[in-house]
Amino acid sequence: MAFNHKHLIDITEYSADDIMTILETAKNFKQVNERRIKKVPTLKGFTVVNMFNEPSTRTRSSFEIAEKRLSADSLNFGGSSTATVKGESLVDTVKTLCSYKIDCIVVRDRWAGVPRKIADVSGVSVIDAGDGKHQHPTQALLDLYSIWEEKGSFDNLHVGVVGDISHSRVCGSLIPALKIMGCEVTVIAPPTLLPARPDILGADHVTSNLDEALPELDVVYMLRIQRERFEGAPYPNLREYNLLYGLTEERDKLLKPDACVCHPGPINRGVELDSFMADHPKRSIILDQVYAGVLVRMAALYLLLGGSNDGIDA
Amino acid sequence: MALMLKNARLIDPQIGLDEVADILIRDGKIVEVGQNLTMEKGVERDLAGKIVVPGLVDLHVHFRDPGQEQKEDIASGSRAAAHGGFTAVCTMPNTSPVVDDAVAVEYVKARAAAVGKCRVIPSGACSKDLKGEVLSDMGDMYQHGVPVFTDDGHGIQDAGMMRRVMDYANQFDTVIMVHCQDDSLVADGQVNEGVASTRLGMVGWPAEGEELEIARDIALCRLTGCPLHIQHITTKRGLELVAAAKAEGLPVTCEVTPHHLFLTEDDIDEAYDTALKVNPPLRTAADAAALAAGVVDGTVDALATDHAPHTDWEKDREFELAPFGMTGLETSLGLVLTNLVRAGVIDYGRMVQAMAVAPREILRQEPVKIETGSTADLTVIDPEAAWTVEVGDFYSKANNSGFIGAELVGRATDVYVGGYATMEDGVVVE
Repeated sequence: MAFNHKHLIDITEYSADDIMTILETAKNFKQVNERRIKKVPTLKGFTVVNMFNEPSTRTRSSFEIAEKRLSADSLNFGGSSTATVKGESLVDTVKTLCSYKIDCIVVRDRWAGVPRKIADVSGVSVIDAGDGKHQHPTQALLDLYSIWEEKGSFDNLHVGVVGDISHSRVCGSLIPALKIMGCEVTVIAPPTLLPARPDILGADHVTSNLDEALPELDVVYMLRIQRERFEGAPYPNLREYNLLYGLTEERDKLLKPDACVCHPGPINRGVELDSFMADHPKRSIILDQVYAGVLVRMAALYLLLGGSNDGIDA
Repeated sequence: MALMLKNARLIDPQIGLDEVADILIRDGKIVEVGQNLTMEKGVERDLAGKIVVPGLVDLHVHFRDPGQEQKEDIASGSRAAAHGGFTAVCTMPNTSPVVDDAVAVEYVKARAAAVGKCRVIPSGACSKDLKGEVLSDMGDMYQHGVPVFTDDGHGIQDAGMMRRVMDYANQFDTVIMVHCQDDSLVADGQVNEGVASTRLGMVGWPAEGEELEIARDIALCRLTGCPLHIQHITTKRGLELVAAAKAEGLPVTCEVTPHHLFLTEDDIDEAYDTALKVNPPLRTAADAAALAAGVVDGTVDALATDHAPHTDWEKDREFELAPFGMTGLETSLGLVLTNLVRAGVIDYGRMVQAMAVAPREILRQEPVKIETGSTADLTVIDPEAAWTVEVGDFYSKANNSGFIGAELVGRATDVYVGGYATMEDGVVVE
């Protein structure tokens, strides 16, 4: 399958074939990750900069592990410890980094559109590791991977995305990606946490009634309530949020027998998910998502940078 | 010295003039308009194929002087104005320091007299330091020649304060110009709330944040009787509010910018081009169409640029951190000629009304007419000149135009201010 992308910035630039190529490549990388020596020389000699201008633990760790297992040289470049604090512009910082002759920038930034800006300025491959409230394409890909492994295909899947849609970069990539793969998508949120036009993201249905929506869903994707972002609180308190939008043990009976539960992490236990659901042995695929993060990021780095095949099929 | 403009098509809707004739100018005034005029000695310009109209006036520009001269100053801004075909501009008071007293007014007037290439009419702030709390020295500024007042860049949030501004201003022959923005709805809004904000993942700037203040200020206009001018109106419903106020007989006028007419939120794509970040934001195609209809039917009184220059380094950054605004003086006429006049949406008379006649009325300036006795502020247009908007061609210090690369037909070639050429054959006269 032909894969002709230099960047992973906007998931809507990817076709269903492109996405399946990434997922299948990710699946092939499983055997690398399950060996005793978890490393292949695929990206030996490539330099990847992890430019995280906003705090991130899991996404950055996941990228770092993916890079190390592919033998890339990686440099962690954190916004708060660097030039931006001294007044350097983003553009100048990127030009400086590029003078080191690097091959790829993985960027997390609190402002929308920064990965595209970096791509324009740098000329190297850019992977968006989350930009503002815009997109987070590798998160969407790992979600798709986990759903695909769990369900076997995307055919006739109805996915519900529950929670803070309007502040969520995860949704900015996940909802369009689910549509690209042919899923039916229902968005479930209080009106105060909906974007102006959920239909633009691709949502087929929009509702504020979780109990009515749950029986229809094959996959329930619970979003994290980002407590740190709220100005002019969009709901009265966490208890009421949990009452109306929490996936609780009582709501388990509303779910289809084979419905599964996803969450991008970190979980606020007792708010959007209770422990019964978060740890549910049959339903929860949350830890599978974390593992899928490494696989999908290895696949994306490999496909974008065009590394050698050495060791992958071994 | 005498100046003779020969063989141009003269268009002035104020006196029903549209014919090929000559204009004789002496001592800054038009002394004769007619066929086959002669003079003993003086400068003669053959303008065959060109159009002469009353000098264009832009009632909304930012020259950043004093305080932010890296973006623009009165010398460069007024050259941009001349290059764009304008004989006069009204500068906004949000400089540093703010034009909120007579000292600042005198600074702008003095710089304009020393280095200006067009008439510079300073507007004054309504409130001290644009804070919306205490009245500015309106009366003192008025006596120093400030004809209009505005807190442009901000809406005055408190309705009681806005009422005080309008009540107080009403003792002068003036107009309060308003930037309508309800901060509690707009907050950190970056782009139009709707398709653009959802697609690009940024905080939306809702149409209602503008319409609510338009409605409020129209109500205060009714209450106080003070003339009101709505700046850079962008929405269909906002325009409907203005139309209703006019039908009621209230002294309400409004302006539209070329960028809100000819660009929409759909032009802001995944490239996050910060040149398209303006306040108020680019709206929907339906809004832009309604604004154009308003230009046609007269609900929109004036076209104004909101010329808002910024340095390249301020704009070449994260969209959400870049400042609002785009330049406009050097593209406005070409855009209007190409997209409205040539396209058959309006005729030259309507264009002159919106770009010269109405702005002078709103700014309480003497009318300029192409007739004997009038001040010789004139703009010469080549209606067939095809050109491309290019960064290197601006006289402005700034390049933050949303129209770079646009192919236009028609532009100003010569500009006369009080009978003196400020631009000749497309080049600003030094």
